[in-house]
Amino acid sequence: MSEEINYRKVIAVALADAMREDDSVLLLGEDVGAAGGAFKTTAGLFEEFGPRRVRDTPISEQAIVGAAIGSALCGLRPVAEIMFADFAGVCFDQIANQLAKYRYMTAGQAQLPVTIRMANGAGAGFAAQHSQAAENWFLSIPGLKIAVPATVPDLYLLLRAAIRDDDPVLVFEHKNLFALKGSIPRGVAPLRLGVADIVRQGNDVTMVATQQMRHRAVEAADLLVQEGIEATVIDPRTLIPFDDEAVRASLEQTARLMVVQETVQAGSWGASLIARMVQDHFELFDAPPTLLSTPNTPAPYAAALEREWLPSVEDIRIGARELVKW
Amino acid sequence: MTIGVEASASLDQGPPDDAAALLAMMLRIRMFEDKVMDLFSQNLVRGSTHLCQGQEAVTVGVCSVLRHVDTMTCTYRGHGAVIAKGAPLAACFGELLGRAGGLCRGKGGSMHFADFSVGAIGSNAIVGAHLPITVGAALASSYLGDDRVAVSFFGDGATNIGAFHEALNLASVWKLPAVFVIENNQYGEYSPLRSTTPIDRLARRADAYGMPGVLVDGNDVAAVRSVARSAVERARAGQGPTLIEADTYRQVGHSRSDPATYRPAGELDRWLERDPILLLERSMLTRWSTEELDTIRQTAQRDVDSALEMALAMPEPTLDEMAKDVWA
Ligand SMILES: Cc1ncc(C[n+]2csc(CCOP(=O)(O)OP(=O)(O)O)c2C)c(N)n1
Ligand SMILES: [Mg+2]
Repeated sequence: MSEEINYRKVIAVALADAMREDDSVLLLGEDVGAAGGAFKTTAGLFEEFGPRRVRDTPISEQAIVGAAIGSALCGLRPVAEIMFADFAGVCFDQIANQLAKYRYMTAGQAQLPVTIRMANGAGAGFAAQHSQAAENWFLSIPGLKIAVPATVPDLYLLLRAAIRDDDPVLVFEHKNLFALKGSIPRGVAPLRLGVADIVRQGNDVTMVATQQMRHRAVEAADLLVQEGIEATVIDPRTLIPFDDEAVRASLEQTARLMVVQETVQAGSWGASLIARMVQDHFELFDAPPTLLSTPNTPAPYAAALEREWLPSVEDIRIGARELVKW
Repeated sequence: MTIGVEASASLDQGPPDDAAALLAMMLRIRMFEDKVMDLFSQNLVRGSTHLCQGQEAVTVGVCSVLRHVDTMTCTYRGHGAVIAKGAPLAACFGELLGRAGGLCRGKGGSMHFADFSVGAIGSNAIVGAHLPITVGAALASSYLGDDRVAVSFFGDGATNIGAFHEALNLASVWKLPAVFVIENNQYGEYSPLRSTTPIDRLARRADAYGMPGVLVDGNDVAAVRSVARSAVERARAGQGPTLIEADTYRQVGHSRSDPATYRPAGELDRWLERDPILLLERSMLTRWSTEELDTIRQTAQRDVDSALEMALAMPEPTLDEMAKDVWA
């Protein structure tokens, strides 16, 4: 049985299911309770679970993440919300130095089943301080898992998996996908973090993309068929752990790799993926890999500029066309 | 808010061996820290270390009213707090020496002592960062409806970092069972408090968070214990957090490389006259003989010496330890 719902609303469904299943799950964040969330992604939860389990916090990102960490150390399974992923900058220490390193420094004494949800990404005109694809900030900090769901079922399953996971998981919810429709995958086997979705199969080029860019890659791939180019589109769904094997296996067929991301090249997941693939599987490549990124600027506000800033369907199509010429 | 120096509570009110137990613990910490200095000069300790000689009455006084199920977080200057909470000395030395038998199997070192089995849930090397975590520990108690209290030790300097403000505010607004203890040792690194902080009594900061702020003589272990007991009882009764400012002095440099030349002449001597161990021993002389006090001292020294011997015999971690504990 599957119910149609959008990407925004499925978040509360996943959270409610997790809270019904496990009494140690609680939510913390700014306006997540009575107001239902700045993006209405927690609507209805306060009514069902009450103020003990759905907790409005002051505007204190360090305290939100710290409280999640401390409560996890003492037996709870907290889900903290950082309203916009950009605000992770305000509590970077709690995520980077505390959450990520606590288990290691204490030789496994610390239990950290913490989920942090953040609204992510560009495309809706929020300008530079509310549009960062902030998952890239956390790639070089061992100890954190990173989920980047692109569809309704993936968001549901990844959020459930993140909450059940005994490691800290950062879940990035893309703001520009809130209206996307899909079905709630109830009664489906739980998803393991680290398993890519092979969205589309083709023998000419392997495209790897997440969130908003995954949808653009699929659109470009559909158009490329008219030119006789068949693309595989892989959505890794989680950046840590990363399903390298799915990409490697596809390269066996295509010998061409293109990564599409909505961030700059430096310190990005795409750059890391390409480095690993070239280093470990150089023999599979018939062409230099392509990394389609944003220009090296903050996200601009004006519609005309932001549109140009993000990799477009056309950019992807042109990039793939060039790549298969090799 | 009540702010005022708590009168020294007499230890005579407690069971007769209370003072002896407090003295023994303070001596163990002092002797542990003195040994750490030796180990440094022998190049057996890596990185940096931050010692707490002179501040023992604060951690010992507070921890003496806690149970193992109560949680405690502290700073990089945390050897004393973790020992006072009940961690075994040999495993503490082992951690410092980077040995497999250390509290954290050698993966944390001097600044990250932790022993969850006794409620020492973390020593933090980021100033103030453990305060929000303490709020979370207190949140868990409140959520689960148990009677555990979450205590945090931190320095005077830490009251100027944002995490302090966020943590105290949230703990108070949720009325959580937390006790925040400022170890006011008069300096943040090399800067005297008055050069960084526009008020002289940090307990006053409690006012801004709607919680009691209590100033106590941090070199008087009985006074510290009495203040801590009230704060812990208050937390347990669901009345919310307390901020305690314990006035004390670090008798050594900030870290291994600091000769502490910035101290005005005579300041250290004045504080040495009020050494917390000296004060306690002096107050005990009405009921204990000097021989009895000597025995306590000798026992503490023997415990510390044999713990170090055990630690020196511990093997280094095997290399497979590196990849462990990143993930659950
Ligand atoms: C966020 C942060 N800033 C700076 C430092 C460097 N640092 C280490 S200890 C210290 C002084 C802290 O003073 P205080 O809070 O009074 O504690 P004390 O060392 O006196 O016990 C500083 C600045 C740090 N570890 N973390
Ligand atoms: Mg200080």
